[in-house]
Amino acid sequence: MTNLFNYIERDSAIHNLTGATKLICLMLWSFAAMGTYDTRYLAVLALLSMGLFKIGHIRIKDVSFMLGFTAIFLVLNTILVYLFSPHHGTEIYGTCTYLFGLEGYFAPTAEQLFYHLNYWLKYLATIPIILLFVCTTNPSEFAASLNRVGVSYSVAYSVALALRYIPDVQHQYNEISKASQARGVELSKKETLIHRLKSASAILVPLILTSMNRIEVISNAMELRGFGKNKKRTWYMARPFRVWDYLCIVGCAVLLIITFVLNHINGGRFYNPFQ
Amino acid sequence: MKKLSVKTIVAIGIGAALFFVLGRFVAIPSPVPNTNISLQYGILAFIAAVFGPVAGVLAGLIGHFFIDFSYGWGVWWSWVIASAVFGLITGLITSKMNLDEGEFEPKHLLVFNGGQILGHIIAWVVVAPILDILMYAEPANKVFLQGVVSAIMNIVTTAIVGTILCIAYAKAIPKAGSLSEED
Amino acid sequence: MADNIIEFRDFGFQYKAQQSPTLYNIDFAVKKGEKVLIAGPSGCGKSTMVHCINGLIPFSYNGTMTGSVQVAGKETRDASLFEISHTVGTVLQDSDAQFVGMTVAEDIAFALENDCIPLPEMKQRVQQVAQMVNVGDYLTHAPGEVSGGQKQRVSVAGVLVDDVDVLLFDEPLANLDPATGKSAIELIDRMQQETGAAVIIVEHRVEDVLHRWVDRVVLMNEGRIVVDTTADELLSGTYLKDCGVREPLYVTALGYAGVEVTPQKHPHNLNATVITDEEKAKVQKWFHETPAAVRKASDDYILQVRDLNFGYEKTDVTVLHDISFSVRRGEMMAIVGTNGAGKSTFSKVICGFEEPRSGSILFNGEDFSTYSIKERAEHVGYVMQNPNAMISQVMIYDEVAFGLRNRGLDQEEIDRRVEEALRVCGLWRMRKWPISALSFGQKKRVTIAAILVLGPELIILDEPTAGQDYRHYTEIMEFLLELNKKGITIVMITHDMHLMLEYANRAVVFSHGRVIADDTPAHILTNPKIIEEASLKETSLYHLAMKCGIPDATAFVQRFIDYERTSVRHDKSV
Repeated sequence: MTNLFNYIERDSAIHNLTGATKLICLMLWSFAAMGTYDTRYLAVLALLSMGLFKIGHIRIKDVSFMLGFTAIFLVLNTILVYLFSPHHGTEIYGTCTYLFGLEGYFAPTAEQLFYHLNYWLKYLATIPIILLFVCTTNPSEFAASLNRVGVSYSVAYSVALALRYIPDVQHQYNEISKASQARGVELSKKETLIHRLKSASAILVPLILTSMNRIEVISNAMELRGFGKNKKRTWYMARPFRVWDYLCIVGCAVLLIITFVLNHINGGRFYNPFQ
Repeated sequence: MKKLSVKTIVAIGIGAALFFVLGRFVAIPSPVPNTNISLQYGILAFIAAVFGPVAGVLAGLIGHFFIDFSYGWGVWWSWVIASAVFGLITGLITSKMNLDEGEFEPKHLLVFNGGQILGHIIAWVVVAPILDILMYAEPANKVFLQGVVSAIMNIVTTAIVGTILCIAYAKAIPKAGSLSEED
Repeated sequence: MADNIIEFRDFGFQYKAQQSPTLYNIDFAVKKGEKVLIAGPSGCGKSTMVHCINGLIPFSYNGTMTGSVQVAGKETRDASLFEISHTVGTVLQDSDAQFVGMTVAEDIAFALENDCIPLPEMKQRVQQVAQMVNVGDYLTHAPGEVSGGQKQRVSVAGVLVDDVDVLLFDEPLANLDPATGKSAIELIDRMQQETGAAVIIVEHRVEDVLHRWVDRVVLMNEGRIVVDTTADELLSGTYLKDCGVREPLYVTALGYAGVEVTPQKHPHNLNATVITDEEKAKVQKWFHETPAAVRKASDDYILQVRDLNFGYEKTDVTVLHDISFSVRRGEMMAIVGTNGAGKSTFSKVICGFEEPRSGSILFNGEDFSTYSIKERAEHVGYVMQNPNAMISQVMIYDEVAFGLRNRGLDQEEIDRRVEEALRVCGLWRMRKWPISALSFGQKKRVTIAAILVLGPELIILDEPTAGQDYRHYTEIMEFLLELNKKGITIVMITHDMHLMLEYANRAVVFSHGRVIADDTPAHILTNPKIIEEASLKETSLYHLAMKCGIPDATAFVQRFIDYERTSVRHDKSV
């Protein structure tokens, strides 16, 4: 269960960066990719992120399960957008170029396909980076990193506690749910929605009541060991910054600056080849 | 923001863990993508009602972030933020309730449900779609329809699950001055 | 006095939500480096004492304090919780809740992190303390990857890093198997000697704590201190019995044999106890004169398990290996073994919560494998350890009726069956009460009633008495015995040696996912090989038999149990 988030312990240049660096880079990179619809730049970012996978010693099969989810999600979303708004591309790019000699509301246009291409590229530019972060950052270090990048340590510790107690809560949920099934609780589709929700509550009530008790005992335990005493705290899992850490942050900052520059040149977030 | 009590900090952590476990492992998908019958909002509303708006915001934010994070489909920030907004609004509106002293009268039931309904409407019909349009340039009619469907689903879920939780919790608490001997 | 590190003077406390005080007129002190046991039944106020010593009262729990309580010479109400935490280190009963770090090392470092200790010094101190309590090899392990005993060691390390003057243990034995409990007591003793800190142990299992020397025992009852004296003095009187706390078994046995226990005999530890030849003869005489009970074993099996194997899907680890044994109709048996030996997993496989990899389960001769969880529940009931994890309704009646309503029975049938279950469980008169008004033992009865109502012939109970004092233990167990007499077959999963000795006719021992013994409790608890392998502990009766020159220790233990059942509890059914 420690591997809930798919952390893979290997030795690589990316593993060796501090968690804080990776978190900052992830943010900068995400903003850079999110801030633009410049096709050329997104393609560059997508290629770059795949290169980073190599450097991080993460193989496709390590993440194939998560990529599967992403693919299903993207395909569904693409279909939906097309069904709801087949002229979204036209609205964005201002022209309407029908393809394959077809015409009509649902007929494909070059603008619409180009919009979808951009949409996909955007994901290809951001998802690998997130996966990379997930695979190369020790969850233990995550909370320390949050505190490092300016989140208050109270909140950072809430995050750590969530990570710590997810396996316990999950285990307890399973136990309670099985014991309820023995007493005839059904969550399957056989029942109506309202009935299913009521049944679910029969599992959630004991789960919540025992959790409330847990909250009290844990907060006592933490106070008795001096949590919240000082304005700051140190972290056992924190690591000192090194040259590479600074270089990576600067590199990602440059990526974000490029986004701003491109948006300025393109006169907006979209790169428009149709005009 | 004034300093959080240790109990609130723990409640955020455990609340986020509960939110995560229910959202990640107990989700029943509905026909519209990104939309589930999400038991976790019942729990989030309850946590917000007991521990206040700050706990609501953060438990929603952290819990939802972890769900997206563990699927690896990228963090869908617009929806993560919407979960946080829901926790905030429910927490604010219910802040006058004294659930942890065992108080849950019919008028509190109305306040709680009013809070959660308003919270869901603002979160899913206002915040999430607008952020979707701003961040991902998605078509408006699609995101608003998704939002309305989610809001209705979540309101029904929270009305049943959240209310049952509040009643069960309030009943399980010994009223002030009513205990004799024994812990 | 200056060398008192903890001092209560005419102290009293009343919680805000309660009508009467929990503590009255407490006068009690602990000197530097002293080792004190605070004992007493549930609700005697010993947990409240713990809160008063470590500062949670007055800083986390509201209430009214009278008199004075000083820690390191300072009134606690004038100090802060953090100040007190530098003097008093508390190891809580629930080591899962105390383990807040994501790994062993982080948890040990927790107090240092809060004190802003720089990283290099922190790493060094964590190393050092981890070595002291023997968890140095597990520093990177997550809480789910270490055993209950190791978790407790981590908790101890987590307070030792702070160089405290007082180590306060709240029910340290509650969640441990017997052998681990024994080594916990040894660890506490060693830590006291190495650090020179005062030690306060709050526990109702007196015999287990007395495995190592304690300077004083403070016995509490109903919010007052009954007696504050040496262990020898305490065991020579009837104090424990009067408060409903269990005496060491060897003391009880000596009493049955007519041997007078006096402080001069040093009864605090059986090894140190002086027993004259004349007294040995008395014990022998008692042994020979007590009639052996006659047992009849039937061949009518209710549950037969053959070659059962189980492992969790995602891992290759096999949790249960070739489990084969049978349960006889109408018996009351125990499944024992360490945490993680597979006993809970076994019961989950029986109830259909988990799918076995191979093997067969026959119930009343019929194959059980095609039955769903819900169908199995009509034959085998499973009662979880914590009743709060099973209760989903507000009122007793609704809780018991819940399973029947889910099955869609008509109201008349439901009423009839609920009434029957409530009457059997002695809850009929309380049927309109809210469950929150009940004690732990009564809640346990509600969960049992809610299972019984489904009509099982066999019920499996996971640690039915965990964390209960002697009085509640007896109450729950006598109730189970009643049920058993009414024809329900009972299987108890436990690591409580007393429970198995006193109430099980037979015990099956699990170790590392295998069955290593299937015998009477008296045989098992006098067999050193099985005891060692399954982390059990010999009963002190065994040592008493040895000491008194009775070679057949097993028969002696059996005779003791039979004597208790027939003469003390007047139970004719054995």
